[in-house]
Amino acid sequence: MTTVDYVLRLGDDALVTAQRLGAWYAAGPEMEEDVALANIALDQLGAARLLLTYAGELEGAGRDEDALAYQRGPADFRNCRLVEQPEPDFGVVIAKLLLLSAFQLPCYEALAGAGDERLSAIAGKARKESAYHLDHATLWTLRLGDGTDESHQRMQASFDTLWPFVDGLFAGDDGGPVDPAELRKAWTSTVEDVLGRATLTVPAPVAEPTGERTHLVELLAEMQQLHRAHPGARW
Amino acid sequence: MTGEPLFEVFVRPRRGLSHTHVGSLHAPDAEMALRNARDVYTRREEGVSIWVVPATAITASSPDEKDSFFDPAADKVYRHPTFYDVPDGAKHL
Amino acid sequence: MYGNDFAGPDAGSDGGLLGQVEAAEAALRAAAHRGRVEGDPAALQDYFDAVIDADQKIEPRDWMPDAYRRGLVRQIAQHAHSEIIGMQPEGSWITRAPSLKRKAILLAKVQDEAGHGLYLYAAAETLGITRAELVDMLLDGRQKYSSIFNYPTLTWADIGAIGWLVDGAAIVNQVPLCRCSYGPYARAMIRICKEESFHQRQGYEILHTLSHGTPEQHAMAQDAVDRWWYPSLAMFGPPDTDSTHSAQSMAWKIKRFSNDDLRQRFVDMCVQQAGVLGLRIPDPDLRWNSERQAHDFTAPDFDELMRVIKGDGPCNAERMAHRRRAHSDGAWVREAAAAYAAKQEEVVAV
Repeated sequence: MTTVDYVLRLGDDALVTAQRLGAWYAAGPEMEEDVALANIALDQLGAARLLLTYAGELEGAGRDEDALAYQRGPADFRNCRLVEQPEPDFGVVIAKLLLLSAFQLPCYEALAGAGDERLSAIAGKARKESAYHLDHATLWTLRLGDGTDESHQRMQASFDTLWPFVDGLFAGDDGGPVDPAELRKAWTSTVEDVLGRATLTVPAPVAEPTGERTHLVELLAEMQQLHRAHPGARW
Repeated sequence: MTGEPLFEVFVRPRRGLSHTHVGSLHAPDAEMALRNARDVYTRREEGVSIWVVPATAITASSPDEKDSFFDPAADKVYRHPTFYDVPDGAKHL
Repeated sequence: MYGNDFAGPDAGSDGGLLGQVEAAEAALRAAAHRGRVEGDPAALQDYFDAVIDADQKIEPRDWMPDAYRRGLVRQIAQHAHSEIIGMQPEGSWITRAPSLKRKAILLAKVQDEAGHGLYLYAAAETLGITRAELVDMLLDGRQKYSSIFNYPTLTWADIGAIGWLVDGAAIVNQVPLCRCSYGPYARAMIRICKEESFHQRQGYEILHTLSHGTPEQHAMAQDAVDRWWYPSLAMFGPPDTDSTHSAQSMAWKIKRFSNDDLRQRFVDMCVQQAGVLGLRIPDPDLRWNSERQAHDFTAPDFDELMRVIKGDGPCNAERMAHRRRAHSDGAWVREAAAAYAAKQEEVVAV
């Protein structure tokens, strides 16, 4: 039996990722990359909508995708902290996408073949998208890691900054058909392979910092402000 | 500023059709050009296969050669099936 | 500013704008199938004129008058820059869209604008100029983009008004360009117009929903239409009496209708659409003139248009700063990609 929190966790990861990428309009290093980042944002948003809709149905309280996206506070968001981290430069965007898609791909692959029919259908579509995201992040990690001295340093710094949050990818609720903790082996092998080829060092394990999730609070404040200013309105 | 290399993009719209030139784009290398082509030129399922070719690798005929290049083909009408009279009664030709 | 020219209203199979795009595409194919134009390509100007007379297309390596080439570069580049700068006013609402469906639509629309900018830069590059040069000219102000994007998007309803009015005006301008005599530009415009058919509709749908929503939403929609109406009319350019490039552009079949003709056509389309929306067009002098079989209306403030084009609009500085920042912030990425590509070539060479 799949729990609401389990599906929310998957959906919130995708939603918060889309929200971060959505801020990169007209800001990529090349115009071609603007188009690519928008494609990835659209994929994540599409998966988020399907997952939140399913979570709402499992919950049975009449909440649809918008009620779940716009009317929950930060304390009720189930996403891992990796995805809510700010993206001050393109290096962090790519590093985060690599770490996330190296998790989402095996996760959706496993879910596609697991017992929950709804999740299996959603994951069957999403895994093809994740494969593309992983491919995109890999190509860029290689170019930035093994490009110039500056890009190498920036890429290493990006992975170092994000590393405290990678444990969170696997810490989710196991109230669903696939236990995230079991995906760690596949994830590690993908990430170590790409970082190695990119001449980057895999950072040493670091504990996730504790404290307020101010980045998530700010992200949701921006995302939800208009919707919340007009209670009950249709858009 | 010099900019990234230019690649010409060719898309096969459906199985059974030839690749057709659809435009160009810039990318640091061919591997990225292929991904960019997918994102820029096939957002609406326009293709089943993509070629990218560095623009510098294309040798084009010159418009000045128009006559010598293409006119000799113009009088070889026998290359076209409509040149031939099919006798009455002959089928499946 | 977009170029302008359009096919007659009866050109389309369904009489609608999309029908006109399809008719333009059919005309392009039909002209191509009529065979080669008679004449001696060595007689350069004569052959160029004969191709244009025959409604066939000029292609990149053909001889063409310098002024034709320069005029096209200017117009296509301006159009491309407009798509790229045009991502900004709407893009700033992606993170704040009030529903996930609207967020997805807006993301896809802004993404299309990047794609359309790229199609157009590709068309301009066939004329012997590089994108790097064009971007430099945008960034240092030698080339312009549509003045409409120098107005701010203050509320969500502006996303609706941009779709309905700005994209609507752009389509009226762009559909005729599908018949432009320069092949790469015509083909790019056919592709762009087909893809853009959803842009105007999504804006109209946003406004319709707001107009029929809460009183606050209705007021928001009316306010947006009030602010975007005249800038949209100004998108068609200065009045015919002041237009500088028109006569030659018409002779070369880059443009077929005058600025004022297109503006009139746009106004006539909008009046009925505003009625369905339940929103008022902010022009007290707007009324049907049965003698002219067209609406009389108040012209936009062309002095304001000129001021905004010259850089004195509400958001000129902000738009350019955003573009310059994206360009300079991305420099290390482009350098790294070039360095990596060079290393890979060395590996292959060894």
